[in-house]
Amino acid sequence: MRFAVIVFPGSNCDVDMYHAVKDELGAEVEYVWHDRKNLDDFDGILLPGGFSYGDYLRSGAIARFSNVMKEVVKAAEAGKPVLGVCNGFQILLEAGLLPGAMRRNESLKFICRQVELKVENNQTMFSSTYEIDEVITIPIAHGEGNYYCDEETLAKLKANNQIVFTYNGSNPNGSLEDIAGIINEKGNVLGMMPHPERAVDELLGGADGLKLFQSIVKQWREAHVVNA
Amino acid sequence: MYKVKVFVTLRESVLDPQGTVVKSSLHSLNYQEVSDVRIGKYMELTIEKSDRPVEEMVKEMCERLLANVVIEDYRYEIEEAVAQ
Repeated sequence: MRFAVIVFPGSNCDVDMYHAVKDELGAEVEYVWHDRKNLDDFDGILLPGGFSYGDYLRSGAIARFSNVMKEVVKAAEAGKPVLGVCNGFQILLEAGLLPGAMRRNESLKFICRQVELKVENNQTMFSSTYEIDEVITIPIAHGEGNYYCDEETLAKLKANNQIVFTYNGSNPNGSLEDIAGIINEKGNVLGMMPHPERAVDELLGGADGLKLFQSIVKQWREAHVVNA
Repeated sequence: MYKVKVFVTLRESVLDPQGTVVKSSLHSLNYQEVSDVRIGKYMELTIEKSDRPVEEMVKEMCERLLANVVIEDYRYEIEEAVAQ
């Protein structure tokens, strides 16, 4: 399985993402610059965190118009796994691949620390190796992670079981219903504010994020590799 | 040529965390009369005349880029300006 880490001007978690996939997960991975016009070579798309285009106007608002995003939309439509972390999540929201929007953290502060997440849905290609209701520890680092959507959208997210991760215990940013990560209806586009790529080795303070990447590979192998 | 002013604010139904903090700061400066503060963005656009109707274009720009209509409202003022 071959992953693309999309790099925008201002991405700053691209190296962490690359490291997680290559060294910890042991899969093939390549950096892909934002002006690339073809993602056919890749089986999975990773949108890393950072401050694409300086967060000008709104987080993710400019990045969504880059060339590569047209290809990300195509990949999503083709059913390939697309993971957006932090700024990557914000870009997926702006691009309309996921519903809702981000507001500034309730505290107005940039928050960078470990948080506990609860796995609300383990029937997705991103969470299948977690237990349901498993509590995991993953770091967050954001100033705008206060997820919002209207009531109708929220009802739909719940009805379709699209809320994959919630903050466990205390909610760091004020997000609606403690939402930390959501998936699209089709089940192949996940956006989350916490950084699983920063939790892939005990040396980094924890390895709870690794299972997320392992889930993606597991699903891909089951679908593509004979005798998996 | 047109001078266009675009105002973008969070929707009424969306809590504005910055506005809330600024309101309480105003209260601490003894302006108890302030009952609400909404913080937004103000943009000035200069648009050349073309075949495309300017208002239609501005509305489209707001919907597609300048505002995120999931959480933000926008309004605009269009003024015709004399070229220098």
